[in-house]
Amino acid sequence: MFLIDCPWCGPRQQTEFHCQGEAHIARPKDPDALSDEEWANYVFNRTNPKGVHFERWVHNHGCRRWFNVARDTVTDRILAIYRMGEKRPKVKS
Amino acid sequence: MSKYSIFSLARNALSYHEDWQRAWRSPDPKPEYDIIVIGGGGHGLGTAYYLAKEFGYKNVALLEKGWLGGGNTGRNTTIVRSNYLWDESAALYEHALKLWEGLSQELNFNVMFSQRGVMNLAHNLHDWRELNRRVHAIRLNGIDSEILTAAQVKKEAPIFNVSPDSRYPIMGASIQRRGGTARHDAVAWGYARAADARGVDIIQNCEVTGLTIRNGKIEGVETTRGAIRAKRVGVVVAGHSSVLADMAGFRMPVESNPLQALVSDPIKPVLDCVVMSSAVHVYVSQSDKGELVIGAGSDLHVSYSQRGSFDIVEGIMGALCELVPMVSRLKMMRQWGGIVDVTPDRSPIIGKTPIDGLFVNCGWGTGGFKATPGSAHVFAATLAKGEPHRLAEPFALDRFHSGRLIDEAGAAAVAH
Amino acid sequence: MTQKNRLAEGGRIDRAKPVSFRFDGASYSGFEGDTLASALLANNVHLVSRSFKYHRPRGILTAGAEEPNALVQLRQGARTEPNMRAPQIELFGGLVAESQNRWPSLEFDIGAINNRLSRLIPSGFYYKTFMWPASLWMTYERVIRNAAGLGRGPTEPDPDRYDHRNAWCDVLVAGAGPAGLMAALAAGRSGARVIVADEQSEMGGSLLSDTGEIDGKPPAEWVADALAELAAMPEVTVLPRTTVAGYYDHNFLTMLERVADHLPQPPQNTPRERFWQVRAKQVVLATGAIERPLTFIDNDRPGVMLAGAVRSYANRYAVLPGRKVVVFTNNDSAYHTAIDLAGAGAHVAIVDLRKAPRGAVIDAARAAGIEILDNHAITAVHGAKRVTGISVRNLDESGRGVTGPTRSMACDLVAMSGGWNPTVHLFSQSRGKLRFDDALAAFVPDKSFAAERSVGACKGSMQLAECLKDGALAGAAAARDAGFEAKKVPAIPKVASGTEGAMLPVWVVPSGQKLGRGGKHFIDFQNDVTAADLHLAHREGYVSVEHLKRYTTTGMGTDQGKTSNVTALAILAELQQAPIPAVGTTTFRPPYTPVTFGAIAGRNIGPFMDPARLTAMHDWHVAHGAKFEDVGQWKRPWYYPKGNESMHDAVNREVLATRSSVGMLDASTLGKIDIQGPDSARFLDMIYTNAWSKLPVGACRYGLMLREDGMVFDDGVTTRIAENRFLMTTTTGGAARVLGWLEEWLQTEWPEMKVYCTSVTEQWATIAINGPYARHVLGALTDDDKLGPKDFPFMTMREMTVAGAPARVYRISFTGELAFEVNVPRRHGHAVWEAVWQAGQKFGITPYGTETMHVLRAEKGFIIVGQDTDGTVTPMDLGLDWIVARKKGDFIGRRSFARPDTSREDRKQLVGLLTEDPHAVLTEGAQIVQETRPRPPMKMIGYVTSAYHSPVAGRSIALALVARGRDRIGDTLWVPRLDGGQPIKVTVTEPVFYDKEGVRARG
Repeated sequence: MFLIDCPWCGPRQQTEFHCQGEAHIARPKDPDALSDEEWANYVFNRTNPKGVHFERWVHNHGCRRWFNVARDTVTDRILAIYRMGEKRPKVKS
Repeated sequence: MSKYSIFSLARNALSYHEDWQRAWRSPDPKPEYDIIVIGGGGHGLGTAYYLAKEFGYKNVALLEKGWLGGGNTGRNTTIVRSNYLWDESAALYEHALKLWEGLSQELNFNVMFSQRGVMNLAHNLHDWRELNRRVHAIRLNGIDSEILTAAQVKKEAPIFNVSPDSRYPIMGASIQRRGGTARHDAVAWGYARAADARGVDIIQNCEVTGLTIRNGKIEGVETTRGAIRAKRVGVVVAGHSSVLADMAGFRMPVESNPLQALVSDPIKPVLDCVVMSSAVHVYVSQSDKGELVIGAGSDLHVSYSQRGSFDIVEGIMGALCELVPMVSRLKMMRQWGGIVDVTPDRSPIIGKTPIDGLFVNCGWGTGGFKATPGSAHVFAATLAKGEPHRLAEPFALDRFHSGRLIDEAGAAAVAH
Repeated sequence: MTQKNRLAEGGRIDRAKPVSFRFDGASYSGFEGDTLASALLANNVHLVSRSFKYHRPRGILTAGAEEPNALVQLRQGARTEPNMRAPQIELFGGLVAESQNRWPSLEFDIGAINNRLSRLIPSGFYYKTFMWPASLWMTYERVIRNAAGLGRGPTEPDPDRYDHRNAWCDVLVAGAGPAGLMAALAAGRSGARVIVADEQSEMGGSLLSDTGEIDGKPPAEWVADALAELAAMPEVTVLPRTTVAGYYDHNFLTMLERVADHLPQPPQNTPRERFWQVRAKQVVLATGAIERPLTFIDNDRPGVMLAGAVRSYANRYAVLPGRKVVVFTNNDSAYHTAIDLAGAGAHVAIVDLRKAPRGAVIDAARAAGIEILDNHAITAVHGAKRVTGISVRNLDESGRGVTGPTRSMACDLVAMSGGWNPTVHLFSQSRGKLRFDDALAAFVPDKSFAAERSVGACKGSMQLAECLKDGALAGAAAARDAGFEAKKVPAIPKVASGTEGAMLPVWVVPSGQKLGRGGKHFIDFQNDVTAADLHLAHREGYVSVEHLKRYTTTGMGTDQGKTSNVTALAILAELQQAPIPAVGTTTFRPPYTPVTFGAIAGRNIGPFMDPARLTAMHDWHVAHGAKFEDVGQWKRPWYYPKGNESMHDAVNREVLATRSSVGMLDASTLGKIDIQGPDSARFLDMIYTNAWSKLPVGACRYGLMLREDGMVFDDGVTTRIAENRFLMTTTTGGAARVLGWLEEWLQTEWPEMKVYCTSVTEQWATIAINGPYARHVLGALTDDDKLGPKDFPFMTMREMTVAGAPARVYRISFTGELAFEVNVPRRHGHAVWEAVWQAGQKFGITPYGTETMHVLRAEKGFIIVGQDTDGTVTPMDLGLDWIVARKKGDFIGRRSFARPDTSREDRKQLVGLLTEDPHAVLTEGAQIVQETRPRPPMKMIGYVTSAYHSPVAGRSIALALVARGRDRIGDTLWVPRLDGGQPIKVTVTEPVFYDKEGVRARG
């Protein structure tokens, strides 16, 4: 069970949070302009990296805020935590 | 391959078992093969076996980065069933179940496939409706399935609490009597031995580090044991499918999540059949050694560490003690995790990739073990012909473009 | 006095407190402070179990958690527990234990025939046989299953309770031997919050069995002083009888505290066990080391024990397990056992595999008059149920064979030592990397992964002085890293320094015969794995460590290989002619020792497994005889039977009353989300398929919510409360999911939108009044006289006072009748419900439950998301095209409609079904075919989603999803039955069965 440092509440147990998948997937501005493949790429495809993963967590049993986490999916170490809208930080696994 | 039987066992006993042959060779990789199968789990080993046996390929290599069966094959709760809702799934899993039924004899290796029945519990009206929907569909697909009342559940699985006063009372269940369990390691070893006997080079400790692709066509693989050429490559690496796809330069609708399981200490038989309750996320059976084998849920985050969060285990324990009160004083002897690749529709992906000659078989989620022989067989056919096998066709990667999903997840939706 | 093996003095038992107990029906006595194992040994009981596979007689091997043999069925009745390790069971008055896995008795066990047949059943034999005839496998398997399994599970519910504790600490110290105690002292003195846990009843670890001096004091006295100091520190928690069981990510650890297992039963208001979940800033592992058995022929006979365990029994428990002792060793540590036993009056001889060992301890043994046979090996063990003697021979030049004459020695105890394995389990669980230490011939911690330090024997420090120093330094460093400045590292206590001679790793002791002949060299005692089995596995190519373990089952027992894993690995390495680390390490999975399921569950059982959610009117429903349905976590009234009324009759009555007069439903469980902010309407335009911007204040509208793949995932009526405020309702089961969905889009995709969502499900109680007299009932409860259709039209909301409570009343209808949904603050719910009930009496108002609600809505063809949809259904499939705005622009899921499959013409569409036999109610979930065949397979074209008897239609009705369904209206289809009876003939209809024009609701 991870210890996650919520940017709003501080360190809390993983059980207070939900992981909500890959971060930085912007909804296409004009979905109609996309081919079916491009639309599927947005809706379904994921990077799923072995290594540094930028992902979204929500503090659903706390402040209910969404934020981003950079975590190494091999070591499960949390490398950075940053707020929604911020650029992905440079991190090393 | 020397044949296994009670007679060979007796004969070898006379020589103190000093004359048994190796179950499979340990060859060095050749520079080129007709087909390379990446991944030495049950699905990959089975694929190599059927390529040699059914499709006559003599020059096949199977590459495994660690030890055979070291991924999900050796980490699952060994449940086998084919009681799937959608026609496409039912056909594929039933194909597998039929192969399971003759697998020990086919491989001359006892995989201990034991048709002790798989029961799915219903706890509320929504479950009951879904259960009926499944049983009707399964039966009309020509597959066995029955509905049990709570009293019949008690008879089949006396340790279960069917009291109407429990938090989520058991209303009834469906049971597939042809379902059951198998010895997971034996599946890998049995296929490995049989594939090796038909000339497949099984190469362990050989990790694929890159794919050689020219003009959109696969030409071979880079490995920790050197480059190996092949015009056709099949990727069967549950948990690591995205890693291989990344080497080929494409992404897939797959996420790798931890899935945990645990066993109790061994006790004398108390449970014959497999019992599953998706409403409270408990799956339990008793192994031939006497351990209760318990499946916990999967975590929602991506991880390649073969570990999940302890709260998943904690979370199922209350439900388990409520459903099976006698377990309260038993003990968790061992817990572990695997990496499952999960697709948006909870159905596998089998078939072509954007790279010519590169095929993929992945996305089995939490249920790959049961499909092992069927998955291996249709994937071998797909690799052999270069075109998807009839049963594999609906599971193509491009279903996510067209929207023709085979949604085994959505069908369990709860609302109202 | 029957405790034949009890020494006259010494030990940490309380001789003033005798304790009687029973084992296998016979009565014995021991003392408080004994374990079951020490008490049995005191009574000269060595034979305590039968092995798993060969049913060989087995005795007590160890004095701790690593025990593979001495597993017993402890207690009787509801408190019985299988597979309990005798060395860890504290003796209490009236204890009852039984041996396991034997029949008819421990002395005479039929299963022992397996030992005679053992040549036919080597490792993995079952993979090679039982294949013909295939049909008999299940029969063979039944025999195998009955033979397996050790103890018996309880058959009654567990009468005991378990607690959970969650804790945060600066430093967690696992193990309270010399190293752990020093670490706890050092960390504690800095002021850090420290938890120190030890699995034993008494803290002190090896010091409790030691005979030396620390700071001039007997070790036990030093321990007592240390514990007194720790007890006086306010931030230090000392937890005896507490096993640190699991070491997970980010320094999260689990511990099992056995609060009352040492008592006949837990005292009142005391849990039996407490399960701790600890988040530690720093961890100090001081878990000690586990002695390895030597792998010699028939090394499993009762009376063959680990040397360190024998020393513990003698020194700590004052039990001499044998009088005539052979100590068999490859290292110096066993000499301490020999010396202590000789001192206690035993006749002792030492068989040492090493050639001419030298050193102080060897001299001391000689000085004590102990015969030392160096360069010798035990080549036979005599006696079956108790060792009666051994044979020894000289090792040959290579050390891999024996030579010269055989010498027989009578003995009743063999104390063996094959060296020590640091207990690296927790370290390894924490993802630390191991290194092979050649001097110890064992794995030791190399690189830490977590914020952790290993100290003492578990890091390979086998001398007391080192352990104390390790502990002091690590404790201070851990406190410092947790943010505390250690004033000074505590002075290291003074102990006699000793040096140890080198050990000689001999992984298989030669017997003069080939392996597998004349006897068995056991590696894994519990699972009956021998050295010959390992050779067989290797011969057959199972050469990866994991293959070897799985093929032979080494290390898979309840002890998880604590005494066997490293030896097995070493033998595999020898066979591969590779160094041990090149062959691999074994995996250490949690837990360290088994953890009670009940303890993991804690209080989250019974009603607390998932606490039920109840509405404000729940007590009323109970008082009025409602039957309940579980919907998500909610308990909802299902129907209200009167007297002996059947469900069918009750529902008919409720439906007819509502259609003809008035009915009332508790609709409080529907999800309610308050949505506020200037961009709310724009936001809803994206979330729902229809348009919201132009909805007037006070108006209600039905909306469908899609996932991005275009499939319906929730629905409900949303009302514009004010220009910038909406009240959204959701399905009961979907409330939390929908709130999360809204927040996700607002926070991650459209943070610029000023919209705020709050769940208000629990804040409102909802009473739906339905039926022709609904207005009359409401009118009787409010001063508001503008309830007529002009002033208060359908699909609008008005605020008013109802029965004295402030209310929002929605004119919406899920029944097709004139309806008012009265929402009042939850605290008024019960009173207003009661007022509605009273006011409705003159109209015969009838409370109805979810079943009637379903019938009423199905008669009208209103869908229920999750019942008439399944995540694969679009609005168009439901015939709800009118709700999909074509002009408003983008919304979530819209793009997916253009995909080839989503725009396919033969998609399943919602239709009605009427059975030919008006009384036949279809089974919900039943599949539909166009053509029946005598037997499956049959092509399915859809399924029944809802089916009821409709009292107003006087017949059965059903909703179904059918491929190309709307084109089939009027067609005949078939619904096959599970019972094999004639398929049911149905006609496809529009999915509305009552008041097709919808005038009743608007009235």
